[in-house]
Amino acid sequence: MSRFRVSVHIVPRKGLLDPQGKAVADALHALGFADVEDTRIGRHIVLDVNADSAAAAELSVKAMCDKLLANPVTEDYQIASTVTA
Amino acid sequence: MKFGIVTFPGSNCDVDAIHAVTDQLGQTAVSLWHRDHDTQGCDVLILPGGFSYGDALRAGAIARFSPIMQEVQAHAERGAPVIGICNGFQILCESHLLPGALMRNAGLKFICDWVHLKVDGTAPLYLAGYSPDQVLRIPIAHGEGRFAADDATLDALEHSGQVVFRYCDAEGNVSDAANPNGAARGIAGITNAAGNVLGMMPHPERAVESLLGSTDGLPLFESLLARVGA
Repeated sequence: MSRFRVSVHIVPRKGLLDPQGKAVADALHALGFADVEDTRIGRHIVLDVNADSAAAAELSVKAMCDKLLANPVTEDYQIASTVTA
Repeated sequence: MKFGIVTFPGSNCDVDAIHAVTDQLGQTAVSLWHRDHDTQGCDVLILPGGFSYGDALRAGAIARFSPIMQEVQAHAERGAPVIGICNGFQILCESHLLPGALMRNAGLKFICDWVHLKVDGTAPLYLAGYSPDQVLRIPIAHGEGRFAADDATLDALEHSGQVVFRYCDAEGNVSDAANPNGAARGIAGITNAAGNVLGMMPHPERAVESLLGSTDGLPLFESLLARVGA
């Protein structure tokens, strides 16, 4: 059993209004960053997980996302990185 | 009739709900703790407003796993009345007892204000005391009240009469201008397909006495009394 640090990105689903992301995109445009097409603001969760392998740790984190960490109606999640903790 | 009002850590409208059903409606109410597994024979369960678990992660996401939610689910599946108000609505959506989700208000601000609602839908358990298209004046107080669901879900809700309240203006016109939080299709409240589980962002329990500005929430509770029995 090893300890893995798994990071997950959770963002509002594309197509749903993300007022926070829109406000930031508007501000970036006002600052001259005209190349910004879309901004979405979500959350980043870092979990230290005990598991037999990195794959097992990721599988466990996916189950956590499906059950609690992300709302399947409004959010998408993606495992950003998995490293030995 | 016996009401059970569930208190989660962070609930803050539980006492308002108890006041509404006891002092204003003359019914019995018991306070249920979120760790309880016994609903004490209550006919109706109310999940009140507030900030359960400080809205950690998402509003209602943690409360959904409180022990009493197993009993709330069983109560709902028996066809018995369950009402989720504000944070209670968020909890019911997170629990999948109601479809959709409540997202951050489109304007990003917490809104505490009076709004107008248009009665819609076909849930006699809660709407029998209102006339169709009646315009109500009821307060809201939320930061995450923007109802969202995919188009197929919204169509199905409308088609089956499960959309029970929509934000409107004083004349009853449903419009973007009268929509305080950007909710899809102006939806302020819905029921499940069976019509026994109600979720709404506005606070009917705060509109039960003229001293506080409105009695438009009373018929909702009176409809229940007439159907379920006093």
